[in-house]
Amino acid sequence: MSEEMEDNENVKKIMFIMRNAPHGGIYSYEGLETVLIMAAFEQDLSMVFIGDGVFSLVKNQDTDAIGIKGYIKTYGVLEDYEVEKIFVDRQSMEDRGLTTDDFAIPVEVKEADEIAKLMQEQHATIPY
Amino acid sequence: MKFAIQVLKGPYNHEASDTAYNFVKAALDKGHEIVRIFFYHDGVINVTNMASPPQDDRNIYARWTELGNEKGIDIVACIAASKRRGIKEGHIVDGTRISGLGQLTEMTIEADRLITFG
Repeated sequence: MSEEMEDNENVKKIMFIMRNAPHGGIYSYEGLETVLIMAAFEQDLSMVFIGDGVFSLVKNQDTDAIGIKGYIKTYGVLEDYEVEKIFVDRQSMEDRGLTTDDFAIPVEVKEADEIAKLMQEQHATIPY
Repeated sequence: MKFAIQVLKGPYNHEASDTAYNFVKAALDKGHEIVRIFFYHDGVINVTNMASPPQDDRNIYARWTELGNEKGIDIVACIAASKRRGIKEGHIVDGTRISGLGQLTEMTIEADRLITFG
């Protein structure tokens, strides 16, 4: 997302709120699909991982034993789609014994009040 | 105000379909505009025409036909989510259609508010 695009009023700030663990339900996977589609529309996209959503980013996931297609590698293409605002709630991460070293992609760790402020700046928030 | 509506849960098992419908009706009564209703995740099951709910209860599927045909609201089920769940063209209720996630994107951009149920 270039500065020129951020200044364009036709470009909307849209934040995806990823609340769910990656394989207990399909919310997280279909949510990621939406992000990739929306990225083609050149909007100012961001993602924030809160609660069990932080598990979605854990690297080296092996889903063979549960018979579900893994998709952690798909997160790696977000950068190619210029979706680079990836936030993680610090409390959610620490409550689950995780650090940024556990994640498959670079993230920006935020406090809850910072995330709340970011949400207020959005044109739309989409919870998955 | 222009509202866009996203529904993520299937009918009857969860209240999302009911509250979405009631919200849309109330918003229309107040003179607001509904840009589109978009069904995603299990929400796509809302548009199947294979269901026959008991006649002494509300018919959630028929409500979407009412909003689509009588109120002229664009009602869309996501094609990728539909394929996963056995929802397809020719097997959906009148007044609704199946299309892509681009429809979710467009309505999110166009609307003043995106409201998600489910």
